[in-house]
Amino acid sequence: MTESAWRQHMVYAYAVLRPTPEAAQAVATLRGVADEQVGLVETDDLAAAVGPVPAEEFEEGALRAGLEELPRLEALARGHHGVVAGLASLGAVLPLRLATVYRDEDRVRRVLQERRDQFLPLLERLAGHVEWGVKVYTDPTDSLAGDAAGAAEPTGGETAGGEGFLSPGRAYLAARRRRRRGAEEAWQTAARTAARIAEEAGGLAVGRVAHRPQRGELAQVGGGGTAGGGKPGGENIANDAYLVPADRAEEFRARILAAAEGQPGVRVEVTGPWAPYSFALPPEPEPAARPEPV
Amino acid sequence: MSGALDEEDARALAGREVALIDLLDRLLQGGVVLAGDLVLSIADVDLVRIDLRAVIAPVDAEHPAPLLP
Repeated sequence: MTESAWRQHMVYAYAVLRPTPEAAQAVATLRGVADEQVGLVETDDLAAAVGPVPAEEFEEGALRAGLEELPRLEALARGHHGVVAGLASLGAVLPLRLATVYRDEDRVRRVLQERRDQFLPLLERLAGHVEWGVKVYTDPTDSLAGDAAGAAEPTGGETAGGEGFLSPGRAYLAARRRRRRGAEEAWQTAARTAARIAEEAGGLAVGRVAHRPQRGELAQVGGGGTAGGGKPGGENIANDAYLVPADRAEEFRARILAAAEGQPGVRVEVTGPWAPYSFALPPEPEPAARPEPV
Repeated sequence: MSGALDEEDARALAGREVALIDLLDRLLQGGVVLAGDLVLSIADVDLVRIDLRAVIAPVDAEHPAPLLP
């Protein structure tokens, strides 16, 4: 490529990995965030999967503006993920943060050299592991059923005497109280299930990262494997990522879904397997990354 | 997932059906952060996250961050 052609491009970096023939073969089949052909930048014992992207779209101002538009952000995220996921099957891949862009390949090479002592141990730790996402929700459809059951077999004094004796206003308040109690119980059941799942997961996982529970419009669009109904809705009360040895990945998934079975008012979603995005961070102070005893 | 996957498996792993929010959880909070020659710094990406909070994760009085797990 000529010097002037280079100036019109920047280098988008997706992931760090080992420079193997398999890696070279894998990137050759991948296209990136700008539908560009992905390739490898190599040093002695490290490589970065990169692609040339148009400077006018990826220089700082354009990129920042683009990231603030959801459709553009989504396209970028899916493009980035497509490359990382395409390399994850190689066994060890270190995903880079979204929108990691360099001026040229030499700068990428320099970063690989400068950070070599961090990248190599990280790659070693993540090799042969996958990430699973585990999300626990309260399930309002289920708790409504529980509420109806509660109304059918009165237990407390307020209903044992017959709601017929209550004024409409008091009956309404009693019903409201029951509903509120139902929601609270559903939340607590979900919380207990979340704790049990965390315990179960801790037995197989070598690392755990708690993401923020999901809220907002995007959270309403579900995905992933589900136990307990599979209907959307409900409040996300736990959103964790677990690092699991690849050869126990299916066992992990099965055990999590089994732990969630038969829990009324709770819905559990397992997503993945993911490339180890949530664990591709510089080593934290140890406790943060360890499974917590529950 | 251990060992090599054939092309179809690899495509499945690439996950066209992945929910955007799960992806953003990982891409905006995870992944190795490189500074130095980076054109767009991590601070900018965090800004983006804040700007998108209305869509991704509104936090208000009715939905305080739960204490779990």
